[in-house]
Amino acid sequence: MGLESRLPSGLLLTSVEKFVNWSRAGSTWPVTFGLACCAIEMMTTGAANHDLARFGMEVFRGSPRQSDLMIVAGRVSQKMAPVVRNLYDQMADPKWVIAMGVCASSGGMFNNYAIVQGVDHLVPVDMYVPGCPPRPEMLMDGILALHDKIKQEQLVERPRKGESMEDFRRRTGWAGPEVAEVAAERGAAPVPDGRSALPMARR
Amino acid sequence: MFNALRKGFGLTFKTMFRPAVTYEYPEKAKPVAPRYHGRHVLNRHEDGLEKCVGCELCAWACPADAIYVEGSDNTPEERFSPGERYGKIYQINYLRCIFCGLCIEACPTRALTMSNDYHLTFDNRQDYIYEKDRLLAPLPEGAKPPPHTDAEVAARGIAYYEGKSSQTPLASRSDALDHGDVSTGSHPDETHDPALAGTEPKG
Repeated sequence: MGLESRLPSGLLLTSVEKFVNWSRAGSTWPVTFGLACCAIEMMTTGAANHDLARFGMEVFRGSPRQSDLMIVAGRVSQKMAPVVRNLYDQMADPKWVIAMGVCASSGGMFNNYAIVQGVDHLVPVDMYVPGCPPRPEMLMDGILALHDKIKQEQLVERPRKGESMEDFRRRTGWAGPEVAEVAAERGAAPVPDGRSALPMARR
Repeated sequence: MFNALRKGFGLTFKTMFRPAVTYEYPEKAKPVAPRYHGRHVLNRHEDGLEKCVGCELCAWACPADAIYVEGSDNTPEERFSPGERYGKIYQINYLRCIFCGLCIEACPTRALTMSNDYHLTFDNRQDYIYEKDRLLAPLPEGAKPPPHTDAEVAARGIAYYEGKSSQTPLASRSDALDHGDVSTGSHPDETHDPALAGTEPKG
């Protein structure tokens, strides 16, 4: 993801990981960025009554380079698509995306040539929040779910507590030792456990 | 200068003892309006039969094409709804649904209504396609899950659709011709009248 991908695996896996995730979840700064009517509801969420500051998220940063979270609020038109992608690329890792509202999530009722049918065609979406527009509680619901997801993130991918190998493979797309053998046949460096054939953290 | 500081921080200090104006959402959810448009519910009759007759009017009314219905015929042995047909497959895509309620207005049997639930956050698109397992209302106390047989339904003698249906709901027209005595509706004489056979329930 960032710095931690350069650290050797097997190190810093529990306490530091928890601390890093806790601090990331507690200061997920969104980028000031609204595309349509959902942005009004996003402003409401940030304002006094619902007060995103309770989750350390009141600073809607003016620059994508200072933000961690992109809340795509509103329909993404074809003309806006490269701009959205550009903003996402300018954000520093680690970064997350919430698709707010049905239009950003899937195109919603605008199933036509002008609207991108879901912002996940452009950027990887971590959490969908449906609704037209979603009420602030729904957005907060999505934000809290995203916080939980951030707290679950791993510096190095490995099976979670109580997670079966099958579930782990489904979650991470980890192919297993047999793929490592194929890689070894192709002349790649020998891998002891098949793990290092993977990128350290996928994102 | 100290006077200004004292005044400023004094206000902050005093605010700590005032009641909070913020909606403390995740801990205390503010109740929504009683007619809030939330997630749909597919209702049941008091005996557990589904109200949905698979007419697809909701799917036709939907401006976002979020609803997919596939109806199927009830048989005397396997009866899911009191009508001639029932909704075999019923899907609502909550990434398209804009919660406008036109489907509710279109529904002739009040099978589809909306609840006040707005917790719809997932991190993938697949989970947003709600099928009957998540849409159907829970079974009433002591009711048997469908399918029921016609004999069971007739024995109960419930006036479905508030008794407003001129056609007996117990059997479709062809069934009624085959097993004449199965139909024990409120107007047995009109059962075979072709002019009345297609009359819509006005419930």
